[in-house]
Amino acid sequence: MRIVAALGLMGLLAPAPGLAETIRAAVLRVDVAGLPPISRLDLAPADLGLAGARLGTEDNATTGSFLGQTFETAEFTATPETAAATLEKALAGGAGFVVLLADDAITLALADQAGDRALVLNAAARGDGLRGKDCRANLVHVAPSHAMLADALAQLLVWKKWDEWFLVLGSHPADADLAAAFRTAATKFGAEIVEERVYEDTGGARRTDTGHVQVQKQMPVFTQGAEDHDILIAADEAGIFAEYLPYQTWDARPVAGSAGLVPRTWHPALEAWGATQFQNRFEAMAGRPMRDEDYQAWLAVRIIGEAATRTGSADPAALRAHILSPEFEVAGFKGQKLTLRDWDHQLRQPILLTTGALTVSVSPQDAFLHQVSQLDTLGKDRPETECVFP
Amino acid sequence: MRLAVLSLVLLAQPALANKVFISNEKGNNVTVLDSETLEVIADFPAGNRPRGITISPDGKELYVCASDDDTVRVFDTETYTETHTLPSGPDPELFVLHPSGNPLYIANEDDNLVTIVDVQSHKMLAEVPVGVEPEGMAISPDGAFVVNTSETTNMAHFIDTASSQIVANVLVDQRPRYAQFTSDGKLLFVTAEIGGTVAVIDVATKEVIHKIGFEIPGVLPEAIQPVGLKITQDGSKVFVALGPANRVAVIDGATFEVTDYLLVGQRVWQLAFTPDESLLFTTNGNSNDVSVIDVAALEVVRSVPVGQQPWGIVVAPD
Repeated sequence: MRIVAALGLMGLLAPAPGLAETIRAAVLRVDVAGLPPISRLDLAPADLGLAGARLGTEDNATTGSFLGQTFETAEFTATPETAAATLEKALAGGAGFVVLLADDAITLALADQAGDRALVLNAAARGDGLRGKDCRANLVHVAPSHAMLADALAQLLVWKKWDEWFLVLGSHPADADLAAAFRTAATKFGAEIVEERVYEDTGGARRTDTGHVQVQKQMPVFTQGAEDHDILIAADEAGIFAEYLPYQTWDARPVAGSAGLVPRTWHPALEAWGATQFQNRFEAMAGRPMRDEDYQAWLAVRIIGEAATRTGSADPAALRAHILSPEFEVAGFKGQKLTLRDWDHQLRQPILLTTGALTVSVSPQDAFLHQVSQLDTLGKDRPETECVFP
Repeated sequence: MRLAVLSLVLLAQPALANKVFISNEKGNNVTVLDSETLEVIADFPAGNRPRGITISPDGKELYVCASDDDTVRVFDTETYTETHTLPSGPDPELFVLHPSGNPLYIANEDDNLVTIVDVQSHKMLAEVPVGVEPEGMAISPDGAFVVNTSETTNMAHFIDTASSQIVANVLVDQRPRYAQFTSDGKLLFVTAEIGGTVAVIDVATKEVIHKIGFEIPGVLPEAIQPVGLKITQDGSKVFVALGPANRVAVIDGATFEVTDYLLVGQRVWQLAFTPDESLLFTTNGNSNDVSVIDVAALEVVRSVPVGQQPWGIVVAPD
C-alpha cells in the first residue's frame, strides 16, 4: 500500500517539465502624476503593490510545487496614457488574470478593455460606483469600498456614542464619493452629521520651511465655530489636507477618516491572527513594511492561487468559475475566512481601524449583527446594491 | 449529581502527581503546575516567545521552541536550568518528538521548512521543504510518518521518516493548525482554524474521510476556530480547542459527532492530558490561565492563573 501511494505521489512531487501547468497572471499599477504626500513617511515605494503580488506568487508557487502547478505574475507599471497599451501587452503575454492598482476611472476603462479575455482583480480603487452602477462581471474587488471603510468607522464611533460628526471633505471627486459614504454610514448606524465644510484645494506651501506655521494658523480658523460635535471626520482621498487636522482643530476633538483614526485593510503593526509571520516574510523580501496596496495585491494573487489549488486546474475559465462560486473562501490574516459577494463581486473582509502606530479596533463590531454574514454589515448589502451585471 | 460525586472520587484517588509545564508566549517563561494539587510550584525564564513545548519519554528533558531566539531551548525538569540549545532553524513554532525520544521534528514557520534535529548529538540531520507557514506536527505511533500542516498552503504533508521525503500532500480547509494520529495509527485528525473544521484523514489512503463542523448557540460562527486537539488512547473521545469561542468541543471518536462543548478560558489554544487521562489541561491565551477538565465527568473543575499568554502545554510522564 505504501509503495503504491509513494509511486502515485512521485508524479505529483516531481512533475515532468512538460506536464507542469502554469497559471499566468499580470499585476499592473497605473501611476497618476501628482503632488508628493503630506508626510514623507507616506512616499510611495517604487515597488508599491508589486511587492505584495510578488509575495503572493511565491506563496502560490510553494503550494503549487506539491500539485505540479507553477505560477507566473508579470509586473507592469504605466501612466494613464500608456495604461491601455500596457494592458494589451499583459494580455498578449497570456495572463488570464490581471491584478490592477489604479484609480476608479482607469480601473473601469481597463476592465472594459479586458472584456472576456481576463478576470480583473481590483487591488486599489475604492469608489462605490465601481461596485454599483458601473459594476462589471469581469471585475472582482479585493480593495474595500468607501462604503465598507465608512461603515467600519461608523460602527466603532456609534458603539462609543461619539455620534455627532463634523464632516470635512476635499474638493476632488473621490473626496465627494467618500463623503457620501460617511453620510450613508451616519444614517445606517444612527449618527448625525451636524455640519459639513469643504476644504478647497488651492495648492499651497505644504512642505516648505514655513508650512507648519501656515498650517497652525489656517486649520483652527478653518474649523472654527462648527456646531457642537464629538469628532471631526475628514474625507480626503486626494491627500491634500486631512493629515494637517489632528491637534490643529479649533475645538479639542479627535479626528478620524482620512487622518487620525483611519479605516484600512492592513497595518504594519498588526500582530493578531498569525500576522506577525506574514509581516516578517514580507519585510524580509521587500525590505520595508507592508502597505494596504501590497496586502490587497497579495490577497488578489492568493485568490488566484487558492482557486488553482482547490480546482487542481490551470484553466482560467475553471479558476474564474471557482472564484465566483459560493464555495470560494480564502484566508487573509484577518481571523476569519474571506468570501465574495455575488451581487457586486466585492470581497468581504474585516476592516482595521488604525492610528499611526497601532490597530485600535477591528470592525465589524460585535454589537452589529447580520442574518447572513456579519461582514455584510460593512458596505452595500444585497438589498441596497445598484449593481446589475451587464 | 452522580457524575459530580464520581469525579470527586477520581480526583481524591492517590494518583501520581505529575508536573505540568506551560509556555507563556508573552511572559517569556514556563510555569510549572502540580497535577494533583493544581498549584503553581515554579516558573522559570525560557527565552523569547516560547511556544511549542514537549518532554522526553523519560521525563528528564523539557524542550521549548523559543520562537524569537530561533532556537530550541532544553531544560532539566528537576532543576529548571537550561542545559543546552538545539539548532532549530528560524522561528520554530511547534515540534514533535519521535516516540523513541529521538530525533525532534520542528516546524519553521518563517521559512517553509521542517527541520530534523538529533537531540543527542545536537546536530541538524535534515531540512524538508514544506508548504507556506508550517505549523502543526504529528508523528505516527510506529514512527513511519511525520505530518506537518502548512497554514497558508492548507495541506497536511506526510513525510517518510526513513527518507525524509514528502510522500503525500492532503488538502484540508483554511489554516491547518494542529494534527494528531490515533494511537492505532489508522486516522489522522487535522484542525483548520479559519475553515472552522477538523478533517479526519485515513492514513492508509491519505484521503479525507470526514469533516467535522461546529455550531454553538450564541457564538458567532467566525469565532469558532479549531486549534489544539487531543485524542484519548482508546480513540473514543477527541477534544478540540476552539480558540476565541472559549470552548473545548468533545467529539465521539467512532461517529465523529460533537457531543459537548465545555466552557473554558479565553482564546483556548493547546491541550494536554495527564498520563492516566483523568484530567485535560487547556492553555487560555487571553485570560492568562489554564482550565482543568475532569475527563470522566466532562466538567471544567478548576482554572489556574499562570503567566502572560499561555500557549503550549505538556504533562510529564509517570
